[in-house]
Amino acid sequence: MTGFRLSLKSRVAPGQPRLDTRSFDLVCLTMAAVLASHAMHLPWWLTLVLGVILALRWHQRRTNGRPVSAWLKLPLIALLISSIVATYGSIFGRDPGSAFAVGLLVLKLLESEHARDARVSIAFACFALMSALLFDQSMLATAWVALSLVPALAALRSLESARDEPRRISGEFRAPLLMLALSIPLALFAFLFVPRLSSPLWGAPSNTQSTTGLSNRMAPGEMTDLLTDDTPAMRVTFDGGLMPDRPQRYFRAYVLWKFDGKEWSEGAAPMRSTADTLQPSLTISYEISLEATHERVMPVLDMPVAPPDDARMSADRTVTARRRMDDTTRYRVVSSPQYRLDVDLPQEVRDRALRLPDNVGPKARALAASWRAKEGSDDGAVALAALALFRNGGFSYTLAPAPLGTDRIDDFLFGTHEGYCEHYASSFTFLMRAAGIPARVVTGYQGGYWNSLGNYLLVRQSDAHAWSEIWLEGRGWVRYDPTGAVRPQRVNQAGASAAQPGQDTFGGQWLRDVRNRLDIVNQWWGRGVIGFDAFRQRGLLRPFGVENADIGKLSLILVAGCSLLVAIALAWALFRPRDGDALDRTMRRLESKLARAGIKRRTSEGPRHFFARAARALPAQREALEELSRRYLRLRYGSDKPPPEPLREFSGKVREFTTRRVVK
Amino acid sequence: MRPASPWRRIMAQAERRLPSLTRLRAREPLPIVLTRRRIYIVPTAFGVGFTVLLGVMLIGALNYANNAALMLSCLLGAASAGSMLVAFRVLNGLTIGTLRSDSAVAGKPIRISLDVSSSDSARQGVHLEIGARILGAQVPSRGATTLEFELPTEFRGWLTLPRMRIFTTWPLGMFRAWSWLSPDHPVLVYPRPEVFGPPPFEPQGDADRGRPRQGDELAALRDYRPGDPRRHIAWKLSARHHGLLVKDLEQPAPQHDWRLAWDSIRNLDSESRIARLARWIDEAHQSGRRWSLQLPDGYFDIAQGDEHYHRCMTALALQP
Repeated sequence: MTGFRLSLKSRVAPGQPRLDTRSFDLVCLTMAAVLASHAMHLPWWLTLVLGVILALRWHQRRTNGRPVSAWLKLPLIALLISSIVATYGSIFGRDPGSAFAVGLLVLKLLESEHARDARVSIAFACFALMSALLFDQSMLATAWVALSLVPALAALRSLESARDEPRRISGEFRAPLLMLALSIPLALFAFLFVPRLSSPLWGAPSNTQSTTGLSNRMAPGEMTDLLTDDTPAMRVTFDGGLMPDRPQRYFRAYVLWKFDGKEWSEGAAPMRSTADTLQPSLTISYEISLEATHERVMPVLDMPVAPPDDARMSADRTVTARRRMDDTTRYRVVSSPQYRLDVDLPQEVRDRALRLPDNVGPKARALAASWRAKEGSDDGAVALAALALFRNGGFSYTLAPAPLGTDRIDDFLFGTHEGYCEHYASSFTFLMRAAGIPARVVTGYQGGYWNSLGNYLLVRQSDAHAWSEIWLEGRGWVRYDPTGAVRPQRVNQAGASAAQPGQDTFGGQWLRDVRNRLDIVNQWWGRGVIGFDAFRQRGLLRPFGVENADIGKLSLILVAGCSLLVAIALAWALFRPRDGDALDRTMRRLESKLARAGIKRRTSEGPRHFFARAARALPAQREALEELSRRYLRLRYGSDKPPPEPLREFSGKVREFTTRRVVK
Repeated sequence: MRPASPWRRIMAQAERRLPSLTRLRAREPLPIVLTRRRIYIVPTAFGVGFTVLLGVMLIGALNYANNAALMLSCLLGAASAGSMLVAFRVLNGLTIGTLRSDSAVAGKPIRISLDVSSSDSARQGVHLEIGARILGAQVPSRGATTLEFELPTEFRGWLTLPRMRIFTTWPLGMFRAWSWLSPDHPVLVYPRPEVFGPPPFEPQGDADRGRPRQGDELAALRDYRPGDPRRHIAWKLSARHHGLLVKDLEQPAPQHDWRLAWDSIRNLDSESRIARLARWIDEAHQSGRRWSLQLPDGYFDIAQGDEHYHRCMTALALQP
């Protein structure tokens, strides 16, 4: 074997100091923070493995501290790359790229032996921390990343200090924390005035991340995820505090017409519009701040009068935005809780609202026919009969219903008897159609939490709901909520808590209250920070009379303001408290007066000698100087602390003293 | 010493050409107080790299319209900018008080210590660069710290200190603040004694040679023998022993005084004479002899001890 040796020694000059334990600890801590900030989107096994490597390396350097062999490092890197490619299919892009960066940062620790390695690691750790915010820019994530900067700065700081005495690790964090806190004003100012790009410089990745939310189809089990998801869906502010009561808070999103036996969907193209049937007698105007849905539909309160700007409204009064809403969107709508819609139902619409798939629900059809036979032509009575069935037929509300067989309608109505809004809305609409009543399924949100602190209604994803609208002769479309018949609490309380009455204990309620109250902070964050875009930046200076702040003006303000803040900081840096007490200061004033006359006190000169020399140099002021000398000596050496009254006299004399010849 | 890199050569040339760069090369008396007029700050290589990284983060955050990342970039940028002021404050108001040097003969390194003091807050991460060496220090609040280093010497006489640089990269290593120090405080280097040579001329045949003499210095303690003078008894020490102890003040015969004279050395140039005289003085000082020194420009009467030694060596060192 020839002398082949793998030599991948770091090319750092041998003079570079080796990292000490404390610095290495802080670097490890920073990397742990980076790993934690990315943990939400990394595959769990990668997080776990990297965490274990981090811990092992930390322990290894503490105990024996030998450098890690390249035979271990190289395969690990190869493993990292191959596993990322295997998981994501590529190494480029946001997700694999950040996974790769985090992995490399952790593996970099294996060869961090010198101060330079540590500095490079910390710099890229800062970068990785920022990139974590590309995935999640909620307040919690941002706060975590900001806190992670503390060990990063502490690590940089510990690399600089000539350490001789061991310090407590908690002491390392105080100074960086203070540093960050002090730089908040400048950072905030820069944040406000850095000109935002109105269009991205290069292709910003489309956010293809799947978020839970309402979808334009309703399949069994689809809503279960939603109903247990506590993230905010939207926030509603009502003008003038005019707000519908809780049982009236139905926010419509999708209207589903088509049923294929399994799932409900929107169906074909929009139908002929039938305007002029809405009779608004009482209107509610409100503003909705909708979290990013990556969809186009805009939930609105039942029933919208007109679409908001940049949106259109179809005949069934679903409102869709012109563009996909990838960011938090705010829109104003006016709705009317009292309405008459489609009083004259066109035949084409009626057909669509009655269409049912064949071979589904024969028992349900028979039941509907029996109701029809019993009630005659009274559609309202048929609907009430259906509601009565749900109320008294042994049905129960649960988020974990028994699975349904092939015939979903009959299985539910005559078999399992348990389900949630989706099952009830679906089967109710089916029964109505079977009985010859035009009906459709509507999905959206119902309820919400009233945040009295922020005066807005918080609607969570868990408030998602499905109900029915049936068409009654002379009244048009009327909302029927069959779930309310089974479990009135669903309409009066939130979905998840209605499903689990046993868990609705004091503790759970208390926690939910706290979370609901905290939502105001989240809303503030979303509105003030995340939603602060180029448009709102331009309006920033409106109170100061600048109508449209363009990039030039913003840059000017940015530069001016940053200069001002830096000047303040500079003043702090240049400021040095004068040492000594009041007597010293007075004496210094006298010295500078004499220095102007050419009598400079030498470093080694005592006061008595100095006064004597001054008196010799200025014979005209001899008496005054002797007087000052006496007073000074008495003040300085007569007591520990110069008494105030003679001190005042002395400083008066100093003020009067002049080296010029006094003309009398 | 590292070999002079091209960069250093360019810097040296620039300093020769541009006097404004070197305006603080003039010697100045101690104490030196560092003020804003003489503190310079530039980013370190790491600082430049970090700034580039911050720029990338800023542009990325703007491009993706990610305000949280933008805010964090601003925060980090503001903290980095603030670290520049902190670096400045480490040096601002620092006082280089006194400079002391040990005695050293030419050819041997001379040990120099420098007092750095702060009148207000504590300063961390202060470094002193002399030539290629860097010393680190921490100045306590309202206190002083002493930096010690050695300088190589070559010739006797006054050695002007090389220009020193006091610098810091505290707190984050992104900025380096520095100030040049060239204290007007030369240190004295004694002449190098010759390696070997003849002993000085010594008058011979003194009568009382070898006779024990009572000296003034305590030589040893021994047991009391009858006949010892009472005033030689070490009463206090004897109290702790069984017997009496007597201070033995006897000393061996003193060596003869050396009368060293410039003119007594003939046929040598002045450097060799100085080297020879230095060797004699060294020998005399080490063996506890008394000596006198006659130089062309002065005469040091017979004496012994450190003070006499330093006085004579100083005179030798400063011979023209």
